[in-house]
Amino acid sequence: MTDQVKPQASVLANLDEVRAMIKRHKLNDSIFAIIGLVALMIGLLTLLTLFVDLVMDGYPRFNLDFMSEFPSRRAGSAGLLSAWVGSLLVLSVTFISAVPMGVGAGIYLEEYAPKNWFSDLIEINVTNLAGVPSIIYGLLALGLFVYILGLGQSIVTAGLTLGLLILPVVIVSTREAIRSIPVAIREAAYAVGATKWQVVSQHVVHYSFGGILTGVIIGMSRAIGETAPIITIGALTFIAFLPPSPVSAEPPYLNFDWLFSGFTVLPIQMFSWLSRPNPEFHINAAATGAIIIVVTLLMNGTAIWLRYNMRKKIKW
Amino acid sequence: MVTVTTPIKAESRNLNFFYNGGNHALKGITMPLYDKKITALIGPSGCGKSTYLRCFNRMHDLYPGNRYEGQIVMHPDNTNVLADGVDAIEVRMRISMVFQKPNPFPKSIYENVAYGLRVRGETNKRVLDDKVEEALKGAALWNEVKDRQQDLAFNLSGGQQQRLCIARALATDPEIMLFDEPTSALDPIATANIEELMSELRNKLTILVVTHNMQQAARISDYTAYMYLGDLIEYGDTDKIFTNPSRKETEDYITGKFG
Amino acid sequence: MNMATQVLDTPDLPISARFAKNIKRNIKERVIEFILMLAAMSAVATTLAIVAILLYESASFFEHVSIVDFLTDTQWTPLFEDAHYGIMPLVAGTLTTSFIALLVAVPIGTIGAIYLSEFASHKTREIVKPILELLVGVPTVVFGYFALLFVTPMLQTFLPNLPAFNMLGPGIVIGIMVVPYIASLAEDAMRAVPMSMREGSYAMGATRFQTALRVVTPAAVSGIVAAYILAISRAVGETMVVAIAAGQQPTLTFNPMEGAATITAYIVQVAMGDLPHGSIGYQSIFAAGLVLMLMTLAFNLIGHATRKKFRESY
Repeated sequence: MTDQVKPQASVLANLDEVRAMIKRHKLNDSIFAIIGLVALMIGLLTLLTLFVDLVMDGYPRFNLDFMSEFPSRRAGSAGLLSAWVGSLLVLSVTFISAVPMGVGAGIYLEEYAPKNWFSDLIEINVTNLAGVPSIIYGLLALGLFVYILGLGQSIVTAGLTLGLLILPVVIVSTREAIRSIPVAIREAAYAVGATKWQVVSQHVVHYSFGGILTGVIIGMSRAIGETAPIITIGALTFIAFLPPSPVSAEPPYLNFDWLFSGFTVLPIQMFSWLSRPNPEFHINAAATGAIIIVVTLLMNGTAIWLRYNMRKKIKW
Repeated sequence: MVTVTTPIKAESRNLNFFYNGGNHALKGITMPLYDKKITALIGPSGCGKSTYLRCFNRMHDLYPGNRYEGQIVMHPDNTNVLADGVDAIEVRMRISMVFQKPNPFPKSIYENVAYGLRVRGETNKRVLDDKVEEALKGAALWNEVKDRQQDLAFNLSGGQQQRLCIARALATDPEIMLFDEPTSALDPIATANIEELMSELRNKLTILVVTHNMQQAARISDYTAYMYLGDLIEYGDTDKIFTNPSRKETEDYITGKFG
Repeated sequence: MNMATQVLDTPDLPISARFAKNIKRNIKERVIEFILMLAAMSAVATTLAIVAILLYESASFFEHVSIVDFLTDTQWTPLFEDAHYGIMPLVAGTLTTSFIALLVAVPIGTIGAIYLSEFASHKTREIVKPILELLVGVPTVVFGYFALLFVTPMLQTFLPNLPAFNMLGPGIVIGIMVVPYIASLAEDAMRAVPMSMREGSYAMGATRFQTALRVVTPAAVSGIVAAYILAISRAVGETMVVAIAAGQQPTLTFNPMEGAATITAYIVQVAMGDLPHGSIGYQSIFAAGLVLMLMTLAFNLIGHATRKKFRESY
């Protein structure tokens, strides 16, 4: 019934050879798979090593005193109080300056800007700014904020510097979030008579809130760890006091003197302890490093988790 | 019956296929591929014809969770290409494939055609040159590209790219060639060229072609199978299928009442 | 229905008043658009400010120092009595640490990306990709600690002559730091290669490795190269790791076993001191910053151009 066809010259003639060759090739596959896994693991395990190393080195300092003491000449009794308060204040300035500006810029570029050389120019600018080394922002701040504007080596200078630094992150993530909202949603809103700003503020921004938030969190976590630009503005000094409190019991209740106060932040404090020759201070540095890592990883982790969940939930 | 005198190159026996997630895409397909003949698969979108074709070179292995049941047996050695012990790579070395959209590699024309040979470990320049020339001639592309074999394949027109992909598939002397709607992305002139080429290739090897275009099936194939929702509705001589189908469903599809 | 009739019968506003409301609304829309445009201009303003400040301070610097000296002198000692202003030692330090970083990061990052894109299961990828993104976010000052107190001591166990401040340790650490960056960007480039191209290769009987090496990698090459270039730009601009662990002595050397200052480390060193505003030392960090800016700008422009070209090809 099924007449046989005569064997063809190609594979069948030397099937054993072909099989041996395939086996060899597949061995290459497996070898590479192992090398690849190892390469990835180097990256991942390094972080783990780094973290474990920091925690182990810094272990003796993990107590409440470390958080509630000022820096001191004696490593054992030195603490992070002025550093974490400083970080908090600097970051609030960063948040207040970068978020409205970055989100506004993102909205403008996606919703308003005509597609011409001007929007191209802004776009190229944003991409390039994201690649500018952070220390260059420090030089900008040193020249502009510290001396030309006379803001000094203060919290407001540091906050604005970091604000400019994370601006591209906020702009880019705002744009991406807005871009993922389909035109149909906008048309639906326009069709019931909404103005452009109503469409943008009540619909576009509203629905892309999660994406924007993700970008803001990533930006802020970057700002927490940034050291170079803040050193460059000349903030590396011994700070054993707190800035004046932003709130007070008597009218006018709020005061803004703290903006112009000297300060230190967590990574600067870590760097300053790290550059001491006395290894006792290295313990403090390690503990500070562990704290910085935990904070940034928590923030980044939240952002990535948010983004991942949004991708899963929303199907336009 | 004419078929008795024609040897069978391969056949599927009670072939079932399940996509990842359980979608039962092929339901017990039993069908022969006659040696050095063109068999066409027709049917409406989603009928399983491409799924069936891609079983032959185990393309479904590339995506996790897909599952075959039944057999596809190749002759003369009676190898069940779906068997666990048979390596998909070995199968693909015997059965080559041309895709719906031309998919040349980002390499020169020469390297595209030589790819299969290089994958098989061939390094001898003379052998490669000869084989590339032979394949390009076989795919009726030699005259157009012989002076620019080092050009990037992307610079060719769509029809030329598809012929290049045929040359790539030819270069390794396959026993069977699978064509998955090879002309659906091409203009009518390029389509005519490819159809002519397939008719010529029939002298060398066995062809299984999926086509959306019934006229194309009628023009080029020796045998035609009509599939619908994963079932093989009717299989037979192309002439018979198109002039006197035995099943009502086939007739409805052929005459355009459906699909 | 009721409302509609009511409006038609007794318009609650005369036409002119409604028109006035339109104008008011239009003005509001215009004002908002203008404010948003100002926000967008902040990006341009930042760039202009950076360029202006760097050029302005550098201009004062070059009033004292000839460009020829700046580019050819082999010593950089602006703070010494016998001041020399040759940028080359700093550039050499920067290039050496960056080069070591690339030696580490390019192979590991590329192999990791190939593995992730072509070999790893969907599930592995879903887990590893976010971790890579996490790694990109680890502050560099922490990596500085790692270089000074972990990697260098470890290297000293088999390189006993290695000084405490050297370029090798920080170079390696910067390399590890940019691995996730390269892996992530290169993996994106490879995932963007259409599946049909992989199928074409597998259909010819190729293995995973052959497909990855001969088809996917060449197809994604401009995206991968862009990842390298952007990584170089990061390595060149990296500050804290070198400031902490590479030493602060500007030395014209490419020997990774020696300590040497990079451009960034020099800026940090000067900024930490108490230099009077307007002094030549103060101006010198802007001149150094200008060189750094030009180097990274060049890399970034090339990197983005390659990336764009790569996107256009699909």
